[in-house]
Amino acid sequence: MSETLTAQTLLITGHQRDEVEAYLAHPSVDGTRGGVVVIHHMPGYDRATKEIVRRFAELGYDAIAPNLYWREAPGAAPDDAAATARSKGGVPDERLIGDVGGAAAYLRSRPTSNGKVGVIGYCSGGRQAVLAACNLDLDAAVDCYGAFVVGTPPEGFPLQVSNLVDQLPNLRAPLLGLFGREDSHPSPEQVAELDEILTANHKPHEFHSYDDAGHAFFSVDRPSYRVAAANDGWERIRAFYSTHLGG
Amino acid sequence: MCTYATVKTTIEGSAKGPESSWFHVTDGTIYFDHPVHAMAEHTLNIDFADPARGPSARVAVELTAASARQLVAAIQAALDSAPAELTA
Repeated sequence: MSETLTAQTLLITGHQRDEVEAYLAHPSVDGTRGGVVVIHHMPGYDRATKEIVRRFAELGYDAIAPNLYWREAPGAAPDDAAATARSKGGVPDERLIGDVGGAAAYLRSRPTSNGKVGVIGYCSGGRQAVLAACNLDLDAAVDCYGAFVVGTPPEGFPLQVSNLVDQLPNLRAPLLGLFGREDSHPSPEQVAELDEILTANHKPHEFHSYDDAGHAFFSVDRPSYRVAAANDGWERIRAFYSTHLGG
Repeated sequence: MCTYATVKTTIEGSAKGPESSWFHVTDGTIYFDHPVHAMAEHTLNIDFADPARGPSARVAVELTAASARQLVAAIQAALDSAPAELTA
């Protein structure tokens, strides 16, 4: 645990060498440590996301969240940026991979890096965390209730999103999955399907599903917040990253 | 859940938005997903926007599903109550 933190906004190099805004938090002390890339939820690069980044710094990691909506709405309020990104079709998968890859490379370039970087994503970011771990060299991935890792996304809408079933055999990092049993996307059946696919492909993974919790149970500023699930989930994340990003 | 469900439409009108100023709106985005402010897990959200003026040129509403249905009915009733030659 780190009592003294430093946090700042900076520009990193993302997909196709674009400059992308990002929020960085890290312990102020010297030494080497792992890194965490935080993928924000669909409502955007908001205050709650930055609180999560600071919490990972408090846990002893260099943590960073790229603003996935920077290109559509640089400098806009998070809710306006999210609305603009949604109206333009959302974040393309290829760009997500490039931006998370850029964030991971930035963390590994820091003098405090021990070379290990994990990723975590919430809501739509949960799916994107799995997507990143199927396409990038990452050391650990956490999927918090990401919809459409398996299952069939809606068709005919401007937001184009596909499931990741064909990519799961390429998963390169151990996966921690945290889900609510009252969620419908992903449903308990879809969580079970994902579990079966990963087991069949010999992919190390650890899933926890919580009673009395639905989608977004980590969101402290929303009615979906569930204290017991969120507290246990944070403990699972802490232990998982300690195992895979420490040293 | 993130529904991802989004419907877009072009619109012609005005909205009173940021800093209490009126602006021309050209685009409507309608979706049923997480709200930013409303105390509900999911709401029917409408963005009235003029993308040409930037992301902040937006008036947003977040309505419970029941409220959204009431609004649809109220809009229809208001249109129906007006002389047909005015709403053609």
